[in-house]
Formats: sequence, structure tokens, C-alpha cells
Amino acid sequence: MTERYVVAIDQGTTSTRCIVIDRRGQLVSLAQQEHKQHFPKPGWVEHDAAEIWRNVERLGPEALRRAGATIDQVAAIGIANQRETTILWDKKTGQPIGHAVVWQDTRTDTMVGRLDHLPGAEGVRHRSGLPLATYFSGPRVRWMLDHTPGLLERAERGEVLFGTMETWLIWKLTGGLHVTDVTNASRTLLLDIHTLDWSPASLEFFGIPRAMLPEVRPSIGVFGTATAAFPGVRIGAALGDQQAALFGQTCFAPGEAKCTYGTGSFLLLNTGSELVRSTHGLLSTVAYQIKGEPAAYALEGSIAITGSLVQWFRDQLELIASAPEIETLARTVSDNGGCYIVPAFSGLYAPHWRSEARGVIVGLTSYITKGHLARAVLEASAWQTREVVDAMNADSGLALKTLRVDGGMTADNLLMQYIADVLDVPVVRPLAAETVSLGAAYGAGLAVGYWPDLEGLRQNWHRAAQWMPTMDAERRDSEYANWKRAVSRTFDWIQG
Amino acid sequence: MPGTVQSIERAAAVLRLLAGGSGRLSLAEISRSLDLAKPTTHGILQTLRKVGFVEQDRVSGHYQLGAAMLRLGTGFLDVNELRSRSINWADPLAARSGEAVRIGTVLDGQVLVVHHVFRPDDTFQTLDVGSLLPIHATALGKALLAYRADGAAAPAALDRFTSRTAGTQRELTEALRAVREAGWSAEVEELHRGEASIAAPIRAYGGLVVGAIGISGHVERICDSHYRPRPALVANVRDAARAVSRDLGATFRGGAP
Repeated sequence: MTERYVVAIDQGTTSTRCIVIDRRGQLVSLAQQEHKQHFPKPGWVEHDAAEIWRNVERLGPEALRRAGATIDQVAAIGIANQRETTILWDKKTGQPIGHAVVWQDTRTDTMVGRLDHLPGAEGVRHRSGLPLATYFSGPRVRWMLDHTPGLLERAERGEVLFGTMETWLIWKLTGGLHVTDVTNASRTLLLDIHTLDWSPASLEFFGIPRAMLPEVRPSIGVFGTATAAFPGVRIGAALGDQQAALFGQTCFAPGEAKCTYGTGSFLLLNTGSELVRSTHGLLSTVAYQIKGEPAAYALEGSIAITGSLVQWFRDQLELIASAPEIETLARTVSDNGGCYIVPAFSGLYAPHWRSEARGVIVGLTSYITKGHLARAVLEASAWQTREVVDAMNADSGLALKTLRVDGGMTADNLLMQYIADVLDVPVVRPLAAETVSLGAAYGAGLAVGYWPDLEGLRQNWHRAAQWMPTMDAERRDSEYANWKRAVSRTFDWIQG
Repeated sequence: MPGTVQSIERAAAVLRLLAGGSGRLSLAEISRSLDLAKPTTHGILQTLRKVGFVEQDRVSGHYQLGAAMLRLGTGFLDVNELRSRSINWADPLAARSGEAVRIGTVLDGQVLVVHHVFRPDDTFQTLDVGSLLPIHATALGKALLAYRADGAAAPAALDRFTSRTAGTQRELTEALRAVREAGWSAEVEELHRGEASIAAPIRAYGGLVVGAIGISGHVERICDSHYRPRPALVANVRDAARAVSRDLGATFRGGAP
């Protein structure tokens, strides 16, 4: 067989990566390019979709070159993408209409606040499995239709297309196929999570024309064949990045969970073919769907700010030169000195969902050094994880026994140890930290028969590191109580 | 003056100018002061920025001396940064070799383990990041010693752990010469009976050795029947070292490590 590799396109919030993966699920080569973040107003975050596509076009051949591979050795392409980021483009010209509005963008907060009180809101929540929040795509589409003259009419005539990032990339890769996958579609507020198709009632609620929406497809199954960037190669999978990480961690069975530590952090628990509704502030979402099979669902705890708190510490406070140095600085002291940082920079996500909350640093005394602040930065990620795990245990009725972790912050040993300590369960890192790319590659390889089945993929999973809890219960409880008091001080800051 | 390199002279002048105490300077100010063409000055500044000797303000674009200039005498690469930059290449090394992977730097004359990947057989293993290993009786240590990483020097007294541990300075010197010749290091039952290790240097810009990456395990898996490290494993280790080095800005000429 000449097909030796699968290629993953990981289109993330800050960069795009093309990764070549071999049959054992190991990284062969990687090419990466950051793209520009546009911040036109406070709370607004935008990307240029055309720039991102140009990056994919360049990175694909570059990754193959670095692997010493030719295009006929690629069995399939899989896409994993930043979720909820919203792109509109002209069907005829293929030109994006304005910038893509990114998942962190909060411009829709007033509108979402108003919509949340309408009688139809409960129905939207029930059908989508999500709370009404600025985080999701649907309100953004409405906002763009409202703020671009003539756009609504053009959308009704079918001249304007909507997509999340995977839809845009597949459209560009195939030269005009307009499709999405169930995991990305489940983040729009527009999907009926039971029927796995667009909900006419939800579309009417937001006033979004059906004609602009892509066709909803299973996550894993051949979407089409690329004509650009990877000409002749089949696109075998598309998944939202967090669902891709769940798949890459081979969490195929109900009860298996992973947490990815990146810009934000996302804990997903596979709940199998059963849709579990949260009463503790978690999201119900689609984990993945293999073509011809029922969908697997997941409970998700989304934390907005974890890695980006370290970036803020580096770029805005300039207390460290690079993100990994946070660990070096934190190790100059033995504890947080009584200081806590709650990074509610744009409100708090799970399990609180408080959009009016803003960040606090509490417990400051003249004793506090930058080392204590560095500790508090790392500990914030751990305690936010604890809050989500508590919610998940309550919703699922099961106690999490180990936490599988991945993402860039797993290189931080102090943080990983602290997470094990505050959760009081072992924290395990798999042998491939790039689980987002791996999940996309696994899905694509599965779709074209490069890997035989889920069991075959499981055999690729190996433990690369494990952190065991060492903190005594008394200290854990008192620190958690302090954290909760700190969180309560972020509430009701924005008034209006 | 035969053998002088003009661009290094100019770089030194740029550093002196920036150290002059006038704070941040623009590209135009620097090129005017030194009577250099702007593209030349820009090239020098970007090179100095890449190695950390100069920093550029993100807002104004002005230049100042970098933090690395003030810390020339200490290790220039933060150990947590080294782990973060090598984690993607340590994992495939463990997968391909089937052995545990460690990355080491020098601390107080010993090898500090800065990263550890378990042997991928899912047996119970304990993370030993932060622990210290003897520098003369491990492959990691020999790779660090051979290239004087962070000023590594052989300890005055060579503790013997087994009958195979290098016991005299002469033996060690000979072993290090062999490492430099081969471009990689090995240790066979020199620390523990029945165990062996292979390592290769991690280089940054200019070829500077900042650490070492290696595998260790049962001697019969690491070595062939003649107690020689298996060539396939040596190749795995050297490939991983090269991949990390490339990410750290090292460039390689021909096939040299």
C-alpha cells in the first residue's frame, strides 16, 4: 500500500497547523502559521477567513515536504477547527463578507440578553442543549445580517453562505461543497440535537434564512475530494477541536473524559448514545457521529480563560518572557501566599455562566511577590477544572476516576500536579499531546479504511505521564473554600 | 586585520549603542548613529533579536537590550521552556523506540531531568522530572559533558556505581572524545546492572548545546548481543535530537548532528 499517512488540518484560534500522522498515531511532521487577531473594539475579536485559507494552502504542501511525503501517500485529510467562529461569504465570488467573528467575541451580549427573555427561548435551549450565550454562532449570524445593509435580502435569495471554520475550509478545498458536521452544527444554537438537522423553529426564532445554512453531515465519513491544497485526497472527517481531542484521546466509551488545556480549557465526558441534560451549568453537545451509526453525545464543561491567563501575564503584565517560564517563576515560592486570581475577563463560562462577572485578584498583601501571582495564575486553571468536574459528577451521577489531559499546558508539571491535588484523582497525559490533530486524523483514517475500527485506534493510546494526588484533604478543602469566595467577588461587576 | 568578521563588529557596535543608556531606539536612529544602511541594520537587529540579545517593543517597534544580555553567564534556555519546546518530539521517540525518554540539562555538576516520557507499555511508572542523575555515568550526562553544555565539567571524584562505570578521568576523557566523534553517547551498565541508555545533544542557534535527549531501558533491548547500542535506536534518538534542535533554531550542515 502506498498510502502511508493521514494529514490533519488543525485550524485553531491563534494558528493553523497541518500535521502528518503515521499509522501508529505518531507525529511525522508539522507546519504551523499564526494568523492575525483583529480587535476592532473592546470585546470584539475577528479573523480574516481569506488569510486562514491562504495559510492552509501553504502549510499543506510544507508539512508533506517536511515529512518527505508525496500527495499520493496521503490516505485522507481530517479537519479539526476552532468552534463557533462565524463566517459569511458570497456564494458566487467565494469572498468572505467582512471578517469572521470569533468565538470569544461578545458583541452579541445585548441581543442575547434580550432574546433570552423571549417566550421562544426555552424551546431553543431544549432543542440545542445549550444556554443562550454570546459564545455560540447563531446570534452572530443574526448580528451580521442586522449590521450589513442588504445582507438579509441576499441571504434569503441564497446568495450568501454561512459556515463555521470547517465549512469554509471544505468549501475552499473542494471548490464549492457547502457542508458542516454534526459537532460543529451542535454549537450554533440552530441544530436540533435529537434529529441532528437544523431546527426550523430555532431558525425562525433567530430570523436566519435556511438558504444560507450548510448541509449537516456525520463527522466521520467521506465529505468529498479536495481539488485545492491536497488535490485528489479525500476529506474523511471534520470535528470541532474539542470533540476531535475527545476522539484523539480514544474516549469512545460512556464515562470516559478528557480535558484539553489551551487558550481556554474544555472538559468533555462521553455519555454514549444517550443525551444527558445538565442541571449544573454544563453543555449537551454531539461528541461525534460515524456515518451510518447513531451519534455519540457528550457533556461539556467550557472554561473561557486558562492558557490565555498565562498569555496575559506574559504580554500585558510582562512578568515573564515566555509562557513556560510561568512554572519557573511559580517555583520561586512554595504556595500562593493567600492570593487568588479569578480570570473572568469576559464573564465566567461553566458552571457559572455569568456574563456580567469580571476578573479579580484577591488576598493582596505587601507580602505578595510575582512568584505568588504566578502560582495563583496556575492554580486558577486547576480550580476552574475542579468546579467543572464537580458539576459533571453531579450530572452524570458518576465520580471521575482519572482525568486524561492534553494540550500545550500539559508541559507544565506544577500545574498538572496541582490539578491532580485539587481533583484528588490521577491525571494522565497520553503519548501524543497533539490530540486535537490526532482526533481529526483518526476520524479521517477510519472513514477511508486506513485504520480498521475503534479498537485498532485504542491500541495506539499509551500513557506518557501520570501525576498522583499528594495534597491532604484539609488543605484541599480550605483552598477550595477560598477559591469559591474569590469567585463570588467577580459576580455583578458589569451593571446594566 | 585578516579574519575579522565585519558583521560581528557591527553587531557589537549596535549592542554598545543600545547599552549606552538612552533607552529604546528606533531602527532609523540606530542606522543614523552608526552610519549603516537601514537594511543592514535591520538584518543585524533581527539576528540579535532571534538570539535574545535585543528586544523589540511591540507597540513602538523600538529596540533595547534583551534580557539574555544581562544573563549571559547563566543558562540561556529556561528548563520549562526546553520541555515545552521538545514535548512534541519526545513522544514520537518513546513510541518508535518503545523505551522511556528523558531530557536533561546541567545543574550543579549533575544531570537535571527536565522531561520524562514513560516507556509506552502502560505499566506503572513514576514521573522523575526534577531528579538528578550522575553526569559521568549516564548517556545524557556524557552528551552534556562532551559538548560543555552550560559549562558542564567532569566531577573531581568519579563515583563508581558498577564495575563498568568510568573510574578515572583518563577513561572519561577518552569516552567523551568518542562521543564528539560519533555525535551521540551511550552508557552500558555503568549506572545500574542490566540497564543501558543512548543520548544525543540538543542544540540551539549557532550549534550551542543546551540539553540532551535520550532513551534508557533493559540492556538486552537497548544493545545487541555484543553490548553495542542498536543502530536503529541510535538513529531514533539522533532524529529526535535533531528535530528539537531545529525547533530551537539550530541549523545543520550536511549530515552532521
